[in-house]
Amino acid sequence: MNTSIFEKKLILNAIEDSFRKLNPSDLLKNPVIFITLVGAVGSTLYLIFGSFNGFNLQISLWLWFSVLFANFSEAIAEGRGKAQAESLKKTKTSISAKLWSSSGQFLSVPASELKKGDVVICSAGDLIPNDGEIIEGIATVDESAITGESAPVVRESGGDRSAVTGGTRVISDQVKIRITANPGDSFIERMIHLVEGARRQKTPNEIALSIVLSGLTLIFLLAVVTLKFFADYSSHSSGQDLSQIVTVPVLIALLVCLIPTTIGGLLSAIGISGMDRLIRKNVVATSGRAVEAAGDIDVLLLDKTGTITLGNRMAHQFFPAPQVTEIELAEKAQLASLSDETPEGRSIVVLAKEKFNLRAKDYDPVSMTFVPFMAQTRSSGIDLAETGQTISIRKGASDAIEKIVLSRGGSFPEKVKKDVELVARNGGTPLVVAEGRRVLGVVALKDIVKGGIRERFAELRKMGIRTVMITGDNLLTAAAIAAEAGVDDFMAEATPEDKLKRIREEQFNGHLVAMTGDGTNDAPALAQADVGVAMNTGTQAAREAGNMVDLDSNPTKLIEIVETGKQLLMTRGALTTFSVANDVAKYFAILPALFATLYVIEGTNQGPLGPLNIMKLQSPQSAILSAVIFNALIIIALVPLALKGVSYRPVGASELLKRNLLIYGLRGLVAPFIGIKLIDLIINFGGLV
Amino acid sequence: MNGYDFFQIFITLLILVVASPLIGKWMFRIFEISNSETGLTHKFESAFYRVAGIDPKEEMDWKHYSLAVLVFNFIGFVFLFLIQILQSKLPLNPQGLADVSWHSAFNSAISFMTNTNWQGYSGESTMSYLTQVLGLTVQNFVSAATGIGVVLALCRGLTQKSSRSLGNFWKDLTRSTLFILLPLSFVFALVLISQGVVQNFSSYSQAVGLDGISQVIPQGPAASQIAIKQLGTNGGGFFGVNSAHPLENPTPLSNWMQLIAILLLPASLVFTFGEYAKSRRQAWAIFIAMGTMLVVGLSASLVAEYSANPVLGHAAVMEGKETRLGVTNSVIWSVFTSAASNGSVNSMHSSLSPISGGIAMFNIMLGEVIFGGVGAGLYGMFLFVLLTVFLSGLMVGRTPEYLGKKIEALEIKMVILGVIIPSAAILIGAGLSSVLPVALSSLSNKGPHGLSEILYAFASAGGNNGSAFAGLNANTVYYNLALGVVMLIGRFGVILPVLAIAGSMSLKKQTPKGPGTFVTDSPLFVVLLIGVVIVVGGLTFLPALSLGPIIEHFLMSLGRSF
Repeated sequence: MNTSIFEKKLILNAIEDSFRKLNPSDLLKNPVIFITLVGAVGSTLYLIFGSFNGFNLQISLWLWFSVLFANFSEAIAEGRGKAQAESLKKTKTSISAKLWSSSGQFLSVPASELKKGDVVICSAGDLIPNDGEIIEGIATVDESAITGESAPVVRESGGDRSAVTGGTRVISDQVKIRITANPGDSFIERMIHLVEGARRQKTPNEIALSIVLSGLTLIFLLAVVTLKFFADYSSHSSGQDLSQIVTVPVLIALLVCLIPTTIGGLLSAIGISGMDRLIRKNVVATSGRAVEAAGDIDVLLLDKTGTITLGNRMAHQFFPAPQVTEIELAEKAQLASLSDETPEGRSIVVLAKEKFNLRAKDYDPVSMTFVPFMAQTRSSGIDLAETGQTISIRKGASDAIEKIVLSRGGSFPEKVKKDVELVARNGGTPLVVAEGRRVLGVVALKDIVKGGIRERFAELRKMGIRTVMITGDNLLTAAAIAAEAGVDDFMAEATPEDKLKRIREEQFNGHLVAMTGDGTNDAPALAQADVGVAMNTGTQAAREAGNMVDLDSNPTKLIEIVETGKQLLMTRGALTTFSVANDVAKYFAILPALFATLYVIEGTNQGPLGPLNIMKLQSPQSAILSAVIFNALIIIALVPLALKGVSYRPVGASELLKRNLLIYGLRGLVAPFIGIKLIDLIINFGGLV
Repeated sequence: MNGYDFFQIFITLLILVVASPLIGKWMFRIFEISNSETGLTHKFESAFYRVAGIDPKEEMDWKHYSLAVLVFNFIGFVFLFLIQILQSKLPLNPQGLADVSWHSAFNSAISFMTNTNWQGYSGESTMSYLTQVLGLTVQNFVSAATGIGVVLALCRGLTQKSSRSLGNFWKDLTRSTLFILLPLSFVFALVLISQGVVQNFSSYSQAVGLDGISQVIPQGPAASQIAIKQLGTNGGGFFGVNSAHPLENPTPLSNWMQLIAILLLPASLVFTFGEYAKSRRQAWAIFIAMGTMLVVGLSASLVAEYSANPVLGHAAVMEGKETRLGVTNSVIWSVFTSAASNGSVNSMHSSLSPISGGIAMFNIMLGEVIFGGVGAGLYGMFLFVLLTVFLSGLMVGRTPEYLGKKIEALEIKMVILGVIIPSAAILIGAGLSSVLPVALSSLSNKGPHGLSEILYAFASAGGNNGSAFAGLNANTVYYNLALGVVMLIGRFGVILPVLAIAGSMSLKKQTPKGPGTFVTDSPLFVVLLIGVVIVVGGLTFLPALSLGPIIEHFLMSLGRSF
């Protein structure tokens, strides 16, 4: 168990807050606990003005404890969020900003006075005063304040990495930033509010569940109030006086035991801690609704690059032309790539080195002329001045090289053509290498599918989620990678418009769609998706459009987000089942206690309802008290579960249901029988009644 | 019990299992097949629409549909009320029976309009032939047809792709009356006549019995009303003692056929839903859940009745039962009639053993969802289906959905209302009546048995069942009014939430099924559904029951009775 849950200070604060939360207007939002409060007040008044005795006193005390325990669970969930918010707040203290005025000068103003649209300058060492977009310059920024990641990141104007977050620090260079948030509405501030639970609104499923709980409360209220009438009838009919046992505090105790106080008390703690768990995974959701929707997702749109495959394509095989050895091809390909700083180029150098231990050091750097990639020739390479003649080595797309070779009077071998097709068909990118007019062969570049991603997708499939890979690659390449990664479907040659269209189609067919994105052109699709996770490295537009931001900018995080959403719903369902199942035992404790002697036949020592006292509780008073105490203690006992969430495993719905029913339904049925019996033994041993 | 008893039970259940899917499919064709395809019957049907000035093609949303239901029922109520309080001035009253008292007329009008058919009066000494035929029998048909209409609207809402329309109430009403209830009842009435049920407009005959004492033998158009009384889960007897009367239920054969008729249409409608859902499995899941509760209740009731009664020292007590019919047939009837919201009786439930009587009462308290009333049982069960899906759906980590449609706050609110409203009416009514002197003066028994009589009466009214525990004199101003109001609440307090659910579910998109979908046609779901029905009913009524039948049972085992 996470020890931080039980940090001393956190608990002390939560205890203090539990009393503060007794305010009836706050509790009104939670009907179950409100009724419990009314019950506590009622039994206390009865204690003072009705009959003061130890039994009634203990009932009243435990009713108050029930309310306080419920408050405590909420307070401790909020407290954990607050602790996190505190560390965020520290970054906010007294930043001053250099405001760019129209006269071209800096004005030093407090960050809190900056408005949307203002332009500020930040140099190395400065804290960025508020959320904004870089409009000029490039800088490295330390974002550890929000991501916890110490490596600095590059932010530059234009493109997809222009957004900066207030509270982060510029480490090098200087940038001009246009502020995009008003004071009090910055990203960090919104995060603080969210983790503190202050702006938490009930989510749709939570509202529906609250209605069920209120309904149950109403049913039990009716059952208990009418029980008084039926008891009066029975009392009159049997000529027995039941007024000593069917009292106001006892009826209140019965009511509080029956209404779903367990789930009612823990409901908001579950919601808050769900949000909290996401933040621990470095994901900030703009609303609890989005977290809940994540649990419903059944289609996942994933960008190929960076999510399914490693960022870049890598050379993985050489296909030499006829009469060319593989080692020659490797050597020439390496030479042609020496100056190529793209990851693809570097991967060719590395492959040649790994396969044949080639290092290209035998050549004199002076004799080399690098030919960079040009749009006209669509090739790059190197010219070697060797013994008076120039050898030109080129690499490029097959049609581009074919053109060059033909223009020099060479020919393009059939085998090479076939190799090119083969590589393309298998999802690779073929690069052809030529020396002068001689074609040397093909270098196959390939997307490298991330390790373990196939297993992840298999898990998702079990969870009932279909994965769709989105890529700009052509159909053949896309199909090959899709097959290798094990996605269910793919979209090749996809434009941002295609993405948006696809999302709408899926939604029209009743699916709930999640996607990740970072670019400005992703923004419409992010906004359209039911769950849109923007990368923190992305543009401001993308971050605004999505309903979650992943601070780690890790697209596979979506899977964890979905799990958190599911966990949230499951925890509520499991505790509701537990709570309702508890009632069976409570009836068996309290009903025989209330009517222990009703219609008792002279000469026998137990009334006809005696056989229902299957727990063999010792006296009516201890039975009722035990039930109330169990009811209060179970709230506290389940706080860790509410905060942690029930464990989620990616298995089908029926499996999950069976498991949760077994754990929470069955235990809910059995646990109170044992618990109440134990408490009854302790009470009687201690002589409390 | 002997082999014949077991054989009868087996064959009865077998007939229901075999016939229900066929009749369900047949009904679906009648409701949803386009007009032109039915040729001659189409002209017949259209004539009714023309006379009534109704456009059967008009599509109704849930509010419009509800309004039609309410208006139609209100007119039925007014007509039935007036015909009762004016019957002495109207024809077909050979016995010259007086006008019905205003409060009894109020109670009976509500009772027959709401398909409850609670009877505070005795038919042969209160209602003229005209009242029976034009008033009560007509409501026997249309109250069943109303229930069918509501469940059809719900079936459409649950299964169709986003649409505002739930169908047309007038069309549903006309088709179910003309093409289902009337033909079935006509044939059934003829069969009943063959068994000796009376069907005439003669005045009562005088006869001298073997003991030399003169007696009056009541007559009347009974068979035509009894057929629909069973097929439409109405249960209101033509004669005061209902199906225990030899002219209403003369032979073991008529008894057996009426038993089947009680459950036939409610069970078949489950499969009509299956046609709407295009999934027999979904229908079977609900059918099996209902069937299991029926069989378990029946078994427990038979065991209790055939166990030795410690007070009397022998088992299978005949008090309150017809010697013609015997113990087994009385117990089956008590379970069927209480499960199906029928309410006819062939024995006095008050004389059953405490557990058997308690099971009949508990069947009613579960909300009349064990097949239940025609239409009403299925739409009531759907409330529990949605509740089950919601509670267990959360546990699989997804917003709960039924047939691909999400269950959200509005539906849950309506489900809760539909479940709570009748229970509240029953509990409050019974609670007040157990302490008000005006109510207690009607009791003929004291102790827990008296409480059972009160509880049963209000459960019967709130669940629109209509059977009586006997022993309670309910034809008083207090009970006629109180039970009348409870019947109204029990009927429309469910119909309106159900139609609201139909309306909002109808608009929703259907999520295609996937491995993450919570399945609602598996054995696990059947178990859960039964669990939720029992738990909700049990938690609501256990305190009350513990002071009625439960304590009475324990007292009986200690040798005391009331």
